[in-house]
This record gives sequence, C-alpha cells and structure tokens, in this order.
Amino acid sequence: MKIDPIHQFNIEPLFTLGHIGNHTIAFTNSSLYMLVAVAIISILMLASGTQLVPGRLQSVAEISYEFVASTIRSTAGAEGMKFFPLIFSLFMFICVSNLVGIIPYTFTISSHLIVTAALALLVFFTVLIYGIYKNGLKFFKIFVPHGVPIYILPLVMFIEILSFFLRPVSHSVRLFANMLAGHIALKVFAGFVAMLGFSLGAVGWIGGVLPLALTVALTSLELLVAFLQAYVFAILTCIYLNDAIHPGH
Amino acid sequence: MAESHGGAKGPAAGAHTEADGGHHGGGFPPFESSSFASQLVSLAIFFVLLYVIVSKLALPRIGGAIEARQNKIEGDLAEAQKLKDQSDAALKAYESELASARTRAQAIGNESRDKANAQADAERKTLEEQLAAKLAGAEKTIASTRATAMSNVRGIAADAAGQIVQQLTGVVPDAASVNAAVDASLKG
Repeated sequence: MKIDPIHQFNIEPLFTLGHIGNHTIAFTNSSLYMLVAVAIISILMLASGTQLVPGRLQSVAEISYEFVASTIRSTAGAEGMKFFPLIFSLFMFICVSNLVGIIPYTFTISSHLIVTAALALLVFFTVLIYGIYKNGLKFFKIFVPHGVPIYILPLVMFIEILSFFLRPVSHSVRLFANMLAGHIALKVFAGFVAMLGFSLGAVGWIGGVLPLALTVALTSLELLVAFLQAYVFAILTCIYLNDAIHPGH
Repeated sequence: MAESHGGAKGPAAGAHTEADGGHHGGGFPPFESSSFASQLVSLAIFFVLLYVIVSKLALPRIGGAIEARQNKIEGDLAEAQKLKDQSDAALKAYESELASARTRAQAIGNESRDKANAQADAERKTLEEQLAAKLAGAEKTIASTRATAMSNVRGIAADAAGQIVQQLTGVVPDAASVNAAVDASLKG
C-alpha cells in the first residue's frame, strides 16, 4: 500500500459554478467544507437556546462569545469591540474548519495558503484602511517608535515598515504551515500502521503499535494546534487592529 | 502561471486524480494556481455569509442572552438586598417594640407594687389603730376595774382598820381619820 500524504490536500471540483475570464469557478471540496464550517457555526450560535440557565449547546456558544470578547478587550481595549463580528467570524471559521479537518477523510480549508492569505490580507487591509480613516496621517506614527535616537531612526523605521508589510505573510503562513505539516505528519504515521500491517503480517501487526500510538498522540496534539492556531490568528488580528485604533503606542 | 489554462484544467484535474490515486498533475495542491479562483470565490461567499450571520443574528442573540442573565442576576441581587433591608428593619422594629414593652411592663409592675404596698400600709395602719383603740379600751377597763377594786380594797381596809382599832383599843375611831390613814398607807 502506497502512502500519499499529499493526496488529502487535493482540490476536487464537485460541480462548476461558472467562469470569470479564463478561470473556472467550481464548487470544490474546499467550498463544501467552508459550507460545513458556516453551517456548524450557524447551528451552534442560532439553534442553541437563549435560556437563563444555559444548556450544553448554549454554554458552548456563550463560552465562544465570552472568549473572543475577552480576547479583544484585553488586547485592543473596549474600542476593539467594533471589530467583534469580524474577529469572532475569523476565529470560529478557522477553529471549526481546523477541528473538522482532523476527522479522517475530511478536507482542511486552512491547509491552503490561498485561503489563509486571503484572510490575512482581509485583516491587513482592514487595519490599513481603518487606521488611516480613523487617525489620518497620524496612523503612520506606528512606524516611528518614540524614544529612539534620531541617528538610528531611519533604520528602525525601515524595519518597522518592512515588518508591517510582512505581517500578512507571517500571519497566513503560520496558520497554513501548521495545518499542512500537522496533517502530513498525521498521514505519514497513520500510513506506517497500514503499511506494516499489510506487508509484514503478524510482525507488522505488532510493529504497527508504535506508529498507531504516535498517531493517537499526534491527533491530540493536532486538536490543540487546531484550536491554538485559530486563537493565534484571532489574537494577532486583535493586536494588529490595536495599532489601527491606538497608533500612538 | 497556470491561470491562462485554468479553465480547461479544472474538471480534467479531478478525473486525473481519480485515475492514478493521488498524483495530481505532479503538483503540490496548495500551490496549484488553477484552484485559486474557485477557492477565493467560495471563501468570499462563505466568509461574507458567515460574517452576516454572525454580526446580524448570532452575536446579538447570544449577547442578548448573556446580558439578560446579567440583568436578571443583578435584579435578583438588588431584590435580595431590598428584602434583607426590610427584614433588618422589621427586626429592629421588633427589638425596639420589645424594649419598650419591657420598660412598660416594668413600669406597670412598679406601679402595681407601689399601689399594693400603699394599700397594705393603709390596711396595717387601720389595723394598728383598731388594735391600739382596743388596747386603750382594755387598759381603761383594767384601770377602772383596778380603781374599783382599789376603792373596794380601801373600803375593806378602812373597815378592817376601824375593826382592828376597835378591838385593840375598844374605842370606835372616827371614820375620817381612818380613811386618811388608809389613804396614806395606800399611797405609800
């Protein structure tokens, strides 16, 4: 049996929606899992009750709400709550799609750089446009940290500007690479189990125990990573938005 | 790169994958630009959909539930505080009522004791007066009895003295001198 750890990332068009220029716009397996993520979030947030004493589903919905709200308040202050729907959508979308992606035979949306890059650029332009809209030219003070001696200021400004424009890169690659690497590792170890079992018979069955144990351990690690990367994405969004809201700091 | 022939490749790639079980045109799927447009369009559609659902429905709903609970808790706490204040006030009123009742009871007790004492005193006084009167009456009776007795004694003594003088001297003494002698000896 051949292991192909890359196969899980294939985009399979399910049906064609139309054409834009030369591009075929298809409803792909990626689209399907985006729909699944949106559906799960909608069910969680809309089908849960609004009782005084919450049930299980309502507790999860409220914990998500409070979790994102407190993350925003602690990093971007009360004014950051303007972006609550955006950050909540980002966090839930990434978190739910990552968690769904751990289920075998599913597709992980955020294992594609184009998706994470699109989300990171959305954040980047939100920060840029809101920062300039709210603060005008004062927004560019984020490139000029105060307390820096004048003779190294140009160098510091250069670094600051560079790091600002590299933000969407690190923001998107971090999520993409984590999900990609995790899923490849998982697939490789899971493949060893099958390979040993099929090729070496009884010895292989015993030998397969180790990679199986590793697969179980890696799966739990991936569960953590799935949540953590969504959280990291959300908290970085908050930190970037904080620059747009309070450019002086 | 592959954008120019992306349109033609889309459906073909799918079929290809089915055929050789994994090798997808020899590329690494995340870097295959032919799928970018589809992914971007579906991401845009579903993320906007999610944003609208979250901002218009989900967050107001959950936020409202949390706020309603907060208000309810605060209202209940305020209500509890109010009831506690009321019960404290009632307790205080009860205690002051109890204290005043106790002083009143004491006053009533003192008053009735004084009245009883006064009455007892008055009764004792009348009783003592009656007794004193009886005593005085009795003393008077005794005195008069004694006086009559004494006067009888005097008569008897005078008679006896007269008889004795007559027996001794044979002379009948005159009554006035006998009486005077008897009175003198009675007094002495």
